Amino acid sequence: MHPAFSVIFLTILIGAGQGLFLALYLSELLASSGGLNMPDGRLYVAGGVLSVALLAAGLAASFFHLGHPERAWRTATCWRTSWLSREVIALPAAMACTAAWTIAHAVGWDLSILGIDSMRPLDLSLVIGAAGIVVTFALFLCTGMIYACIKFVAEWATPLTVLNFTLLGSASGFTLATALSSWLEGEAMTTILGAWAMALTFTGALTRFASLLRNDRLKPRSSLQSAIGIRHSKIVQRAQGATAGSFNTREFFHHAAPRIYRSMRLVFMVLTFVAPLALLIPGVMLSSTALFAAACVLQLAGLVAERWYFFAQANHPQNLYYQYVS
Amino acid sequence: MTQLALVIDLNVCVGCHACVTSCKEWNTSGVAGYLSDDNPYDADPTGTFFNRVQTFEVGEFPDTETVHFPKSCLHCEDPPCVPVCPTGASYKRPEDGIVLVDYDKCIGCKYCSWACPYGARELDEHQKVMKKCTLCVDRIYDESIPAAERRPACVNACPTSARLFGDIHDPESEVSRAIREQGGYPLMPEWGTRPANHYLPRRRTNITVHEDELVRADNPLKKERDDEHEPVRGHTLDDVTTW
Repeated sequence: MHPAFSVIFLTILIGAGQGLFLALYLSELLASSGGLNMPDGRLYVAGGVLSVALLAAGLAASFFHLGHPERAWRTATCWRTSWLSREVIALPAAMACTAAWTIAHAVGWDLSILGIDSMRPLDLSLVIGAAGIVVTFALFLCTGMIYACIKFVAEWATPLTVLNFTLLGSASGFTLATALSSWLEGEAMTTILGAWAMALTFTGALTRFASLLRNDRLKPRSSLQSAIGIRHSKIVQRAQGATAGSFNTREFFHHAAPRIYRSMRLVFMVLTFVAPLALLIPGVMLSSTALFAAACVLQLAGLVAERWYFFAQANHPQNLYYQYVS
Repeated sequence: MTQLALVIDLNVCVGCHACVTSCKEWNTSGVAGYLSDDNPYDADPTGTFFNRVQTFEVGEFPDTETVHFPKSCLHCEDPPCVPVCPTGASYKRPEDGIVLVDYDKCIGCKYCSWACPYGARELDEHQKVMKKCTLCVDRIYDESIPAAERRPACVNACPTSARLFGDIHDPESEVSRAIREQGGYPLMPEWGTRPANHYLPRRRTNITVHEDELVRADNPLKKERDDEHEPVRGHTLDDVTTW
């Protein structure tokens, strides 16, 4: 498939935004249960604003993928059948929950504004955040299922696709949260978030590697024989019905040099997983904001390569009809 | 329930592209607007087509056969491109089974083209909406056209009658009979999309000729008996003909 940068940035930016919110809410849960000192709120407000900004940037990137962005409102109508439509609903919902959670922290409201006195700090943001967690995971599911539900693209049609979108998005968000926490908060919080970032990055490396192994062993279900219905072992295309390119040759091939395509796998494995882990471990030991920031930047850059490869590796059965221009 | 479809006879198709040009002509002139064409007479031409004729070579030289293979939207009975559409622009008409795109609702996200294993959908690079074969829906019901011509433009144009059009759910229709009697098959049946369009396979044409049919045993002049005459070596008819 053709890797479109609009979709690459959409999935990376919203993934990081979702992961950042998960990290912030987890730290809030730990703090409110007494496991950590309560942060002074700057981390939550700054992190919440950054998370909403990432989600909004992803949404903005998605508009560049559309031929008619002015009709984008229509995409919310077919949520009964279309995962893309469901994502279009889940993304603003996640933005709304994250924004409400951030505002609750910024203003310092608790449930007493509704007349409920739970005697616990942060109770309102915990309730809003719980809804945010549900929507955030729903958004991961929608984003992954957009690809996993296309049974024709064997490289995508696996639960690993959903798992990878969730784990890689979470990993990048937790790395970002670690860097933020190191800048704005104390060492205890940073160490916990850093440990989570490492665990998620490591697990993500395992599941992404599993999907690479799986995809290397795929046998295509369709062949030129089933595509044109002629039972002969030797069929060669001589003309595809166009003297040059067409939408079918542009949209379903990556058009990169074989050398670049092959090297992209190593590039993304190093940048997304190895380099961040190599920076996070000394970062936690030295509690160095610079190392966390570097890990964050490298991981996001690695995800660009990872997403590019995710699209480029997908081989669509329609390519059987478009092998030879004469 | 009606399911309109094309049945394409690969045994008859000569690959002349008349269906391609007549399709383009009809559909670029329709109410839905033009079909894009960029650099048509220049390097790297590209454009939107509903129908393309592809050519395949089957077998190994010198025992090869050329198969011309017209491909357009197959109007699947279980179209995978329809449920993925986020706006409802892509739909299948219940009354005649034609899969259509509402160009006023399409946002050009290309998701439906990913969900079609046949590559039947093409994004129009200028109108930025997804386009595909409509089975000439603006023609087949038009009562201002003579009844015999109320068929898709490609069917009317085919000089060898390789394209049949009709209702495959009516067991007595021309297309159903052709599928039944001539081994009509769908493309990529492994995906369960149940394409409405079918293809008729190449057929082997054999004549059994017996020896006594070549040489008339009762010929009184015995002129056809090779063994009694030396073969004539000399000019052939082509060599001596002067006109």
